[in-house]
Amino acid sequence: MAENLPPPTPAPAEAAPPAAGASRPAGRGRRALPYLLAAPAWLWLALFFLVPICSMLSISLMSGDLYQGYVLTWEFGNYADAVATYWRQLARSLAYGGCATLLCLAVGYPVAYWIAFRGGAYKNTYLLLLLLPMFVSFVLRTISWKALLADEGVVLGPLKDIGLLPEAAHVLNTAPAVVLGLAYNFLPFMVLPVYAVLERMDHRVVEAAQDLYAGRVRAFVSVVLPMSLPGVFAGVIMTFIPTSADYINAQVLGGAHNTMVGKIIESQYLVNNAYPMAAAITFVLMAVLLAGIFSYARALGTEQVMEVQAR
Amino acid sequence: MSAATERARPAPTCRRPRRRVDWGKLDWGKYWTWAVIAWLLAPIAFMVAFGFNDAQGRHNVTWQGFTLRWYADVFAYPDLTRALAASLAIAVLTMLIAGVLGGLLGLALGRFRFRGKALTDLVMFSAISAPEVVLGAGLLSMFLTMNIATGFWTILIAHVMFSVSFVAITVRARVLALDPALEEAARDLGASPWATFRLVTLPMLFPALMAGGLIAFVLSIDDYIITTFVSGNTTTFPLWIWGTTRVGTPPQVNVMGTLIFAVGVLLAVINAAVARRRG
Repeated sequence: MAENLPPPTPAPAEAAPPAAGASRPAGRGRRALPYLLAAPAWLWLALFFLVPICSMLSISLMSGDLYQGYVLTWEFGNYADAVATYWRQLARSLAYGGCATLLCLAVGYPVAYWIAFRGGAYKNTYLLLLLLPMFVSFVLRTISWKALLADEGVVLGPLKDIGLLPEAAHVLNTAPAVVLGLAYNFLPFMVLPVYAVLERMDHRVVEAAQDLYAGRVRAFVSVVLPMSLPGVFAGVIMTFIPTSADYINAQVLGGAHNTMVGKIIESQYLVNNAYPMAAAITFVLMAVLLAGIFSYARALGTEQVMEVQAR
Repeated sequence: MSAATERARPAPTCRRPRRRVDWGKLDWGKYWTWAVIAWLLAPIAFMVAFGFNDAQGRHNVTWQGFTLRWYADVFAYPDLTRALAASLAIAVLTMLIAGVLGGLLGLALGRFRFRGKALTDLVMFSAISAPEVVLGAGLLSMFLTMNIATGFWTILIAHVMFSVSFVAITVRARVLALDPALEEAARDLGASPWATFRLVTLPMLFPALMAGGLIAFVLSIDDYIITTFVSGNTTTFPLWIWGTTRVGTPPQVNVMGTLIFAVGVLLAVINAAVARRRG
């Protein structure tokens, strides 16, 4: 978003007071400066991101009940219980997340490619169009999908009226509806990283490949695709994690028999108040997902992944 | 394949020569991109259109005629109005706090080498990519452990936490793109470090700060999952909408969604236009 902004003109020099000899500040003050700048955000992230993870870890090892209070007893059995009870929802979440990620890749890669290579002067306009849904609340978007796909709604109603679909046809409350909803909501997370890499690529490499008698397909498969892999990896991470942890789509579009693990975590925390169990499931989910990210990040180098995100 | 072409051949001779469509030459990428954009915008179009729907029952699903009465009656539900006000207040405060904290962090990351930089990257990367359920559950665990009552302030804390990294990354990208010669020129002309920052660096960072602040605002006003964990008795706009899914969402929600959408798009377009004009 930021890198295409042009540099404004520097402020007029006469506004600056003359400061003889002050051009190089004292060594110590200058060395402390980055720490001072980073400190407030660091403090916030440490207090409200790192400490909470630790306190969740300690809760996940507690036993007891809501009325007697929970006590830390290093109850590792909570994890075994969590996996044994909810492995089905966990596996379903990973499966739906995986399908949605593949769908996003299949749908989003051509879009990113076309905008990066053929978007011309309208690249930013196309990106803005892709990001427009982000200005509408996630919950509201998903509910709109539900209304659109309702049994007698705007899409299915007319198709049934003209007899193209049987009267009993429905889309809601099925697994494909959930996967489509997830792919819909998280598509930009795939398109943006892939686009960032393709846009930065020197487009003359394609011409070079064609000069060397590569066909259009060959030029893509052996030149463009390998060069865009960092973006694809980043996109997969950015899509797979939120889609497999999401439960809103499953609940709105999937009905009662498509529960994903996020819903279990939410209801164990907020409805049943079974905190140790809830924390244990959360950790299992996090462990599965983080193992994935760190192996990806290791293979690519975190810096590169971060850079892709930054653009 | 060959049988098919054999059979197709005799037919064209008796027909008028027709403009042949060369399927390979068509810009399929363009059609695909527009189809995807249409897919992405379909629910938004639905939301906007059904804000004008003269719905009679509790379910606003079938088109029943045009009306403006939901716009006239937009504040009919006091709870909804209160939820929207809470959401807006939290989003504005998030934008300000995350804008300042993230801006400073982005400046530090883009301009200086310091110990713990790699660790900072790692923490930011984790905070961005951690699933929302995990962030919400973690925060709630901490608030429970420390006996802190959840509500407006805990929502604000959570929103600043998850949006600060986005601001920092946006600002850092801009800092890295700055030409250091401009600041050197200011110093050569006798500006003190503070004057250089205030008169040269800050104005150049302003578009990135605006963009980062806008991202923080949008993330905050959008958020459901983390908010639901730390909301206590406070209801935000997405939480209120969620509460109505079982009984039917009133058209006023479409109206408010449309207005927020319009304001968000307007701000994004203005930011882009101002940035372009300054170049």
